[in-house]
Amino acid sequence: MASSTAKKIAAAKKFGIFALIPLAIFSIVLIVPFIRGIYFTFTDWDGFDYNNFVGFDNYAASLADEKFWAAIWLTFAYVAASLILVNVVAFGLALIVTLPLRGTTFLRTFFFVPNLIGGVILGLIWQFIFGQALPTISETFELPIFTENWLLSTETAFWSLVIVTVWQMSGYMMIIYITGLMSIEKDVLEAALIDGATGWRTLALIKIPLMAQAFTISLFLTLRNTFMAYDVNLALTGGGPYRTTELISMHVFKEAFGFGFFATGQSQAVLMFLMIAVAAITQVIISKRAEVQR
Amino acid sequence: MKRTKIINRLVFSLGTVLAVLYAFPFFLVIVNSVKEKREIRNDPLSITLEPLWENFSEAIRRMDYWQSLINSIFITTFSVVAIIITSSLLAYYLARNNSRFSSITFVILVASMIVPFQALMIPFVGLFGSLGILSSQPSLVFFYVGFGVAMSTFLYHGFIKNIPFELDEAASIDGASSFMTFRKIIFPMLSPVTATVAIINALWIWNDYLLPSLVLVQDDRTLPLRTYVFYGTYTSDYGLAMAGLLISMIPIIIFYFMMQKRIIAGISAGAVK
Repeated sequence: MASSTAKKIAAAKKFGIFALIPLAIFSIVLIVPFIRGIYFTFTDWDGFDYNNFVGFDNYAASLADEKFWAAIWLTFAYVAASLILVNVVAFGLALIVTLPLRGTTFLRTFFFVPNLIGGVILGLIWQFIFGQALPTISETFELPIFTENWLLSTETAFWSLVIVTVWQMSGYMMIIYITGLMSIEKDVLEAALIDGATGWRTLALIKIPLMAQAFTISLFLTLRNTFMAYDVNLALTGGGPYRTTELISMHVFKEAFGFGFFATGQSQAVLMFLMIAVAAITQVIISKRAEVQR
Repeated sequence: MKRTKIINRLVFSLGTVLAVLYAFPFFLVIVNSVKEKREIRNDPLSITLEPLWENFSEAIRRMDYWQSLINSIFITTFSVVAIIITSSLLAYYLARNNSRFSSITFVILVASMIVPFQALMIPFVGLFGSLGILSSQPSLVFFYVGFGVAMSTFLYHGFIKNIPFELDEAASIDGASSFMTFRKIIFPMLSPVTATVAIINALWIWNDYLLPSLVLVQDDRTLPLRTYVFYGTYTSDYGLAMAGLLISMIPIIIFYFMMQKRIIAGISAGAVK
């Protein structure tokens, strides 16, 4: 009996030394706001206080908000375009810089550096490029494509966001693909060469299946980061022209802190969380299945 | 064999062209940072022969550059150190205790990684704003630990699981307490993960905008927040804005060239987990 009490004390002491503080901070910062946030969506919360329970009214109001739907569709389009382009470009870059040639390390640096810089700074740089530099350059060299400021019309502003995202994220994903390519054993590639497999066939039938895990990770990270994108959106287009390029994240921010609709803003944020959770879990399940099938 | 060589050369040239494209925005920032507004309007590509260095002194003044740089360094360093300490301790506890509590906690930590900050920020501001603990650098460090501990614990956990338990037992037979075992034996073995954790968190915290924009006020602001002052002044003075953006980027780029190998290794190690 005494020894079991002593054991319990020892266990509690261990918990106190190792786990108590980290878990307390985690709970205060993350778990408590998360649960309170869900709770508040069922009330008429105004940011500080609430008086009534309103059931699903906030969710109904969110779903009746046309601007919210516009932000959702725009985010889906943005995620889809970025997901494809970032990963195609990143994989292509990884293939280029893993060639057995001198100078490839040098190239890697160029592709990676945009990633080091925060979204706000990148957004501001590209605002200058799309707004000032490219129109002037197009005029000088008579290129038809960039004569107008791309940020001033909805469709081109959308593609500007995608371009900046590809430029920013492809270097990071390239590193993941390089890691994947390097993990393939040399013997396998030599065997394929002896069997007469050419470059493209080796790539499609051997390299890609053997590095499927790199695709799973890279797709997951791109999906998560683009769904949550805020900084580039803020600094590049600011949601304009006329609030037509607001991604979900910015919409939620404006709804709550801009217009003061805290309860509907929060219910939109909860919906955003559910969308990310469903998309991320679906993607991981599909990718894992593809990994196993090889 | 000859044919592959030619193809390789062609692909490499394509890579070079792409590298030039990737570097083009930086080129524009650098050449225009020392130019007058009128010169930029006329030709953003030209390299000026009479550099206007005043753009830099003015940008430094407007951004309160040195103060913001110190703020950024302070917040990033303290947050990263705090994340390393808390998450390695927690990961060790979870990896060495095969209780149901441990596994549930671990699952919650992993699941929390897909919760977007946007789903927390509104109640977050409501809660901590009303407690009056927003708007200070130490609280920001505290928040970064809360948001960063899950992923870092996950990275450490994967590594600690592969360290044989016999090591802990041997230390305990020699009379070491569990904390001493961790500090003297386990933690030194974790240095590759510690490097990964440090780099991934440092890049995130250094560049983060949304959380500090909600927490920090005037004098405490970090570089990314201060850079945003150029958003409004854009149409009026591009040269000044380019100078400001350039000096905002320089610290992290220097850091990258000092730590290049470790950063790349850190990212690939973090991704494989």
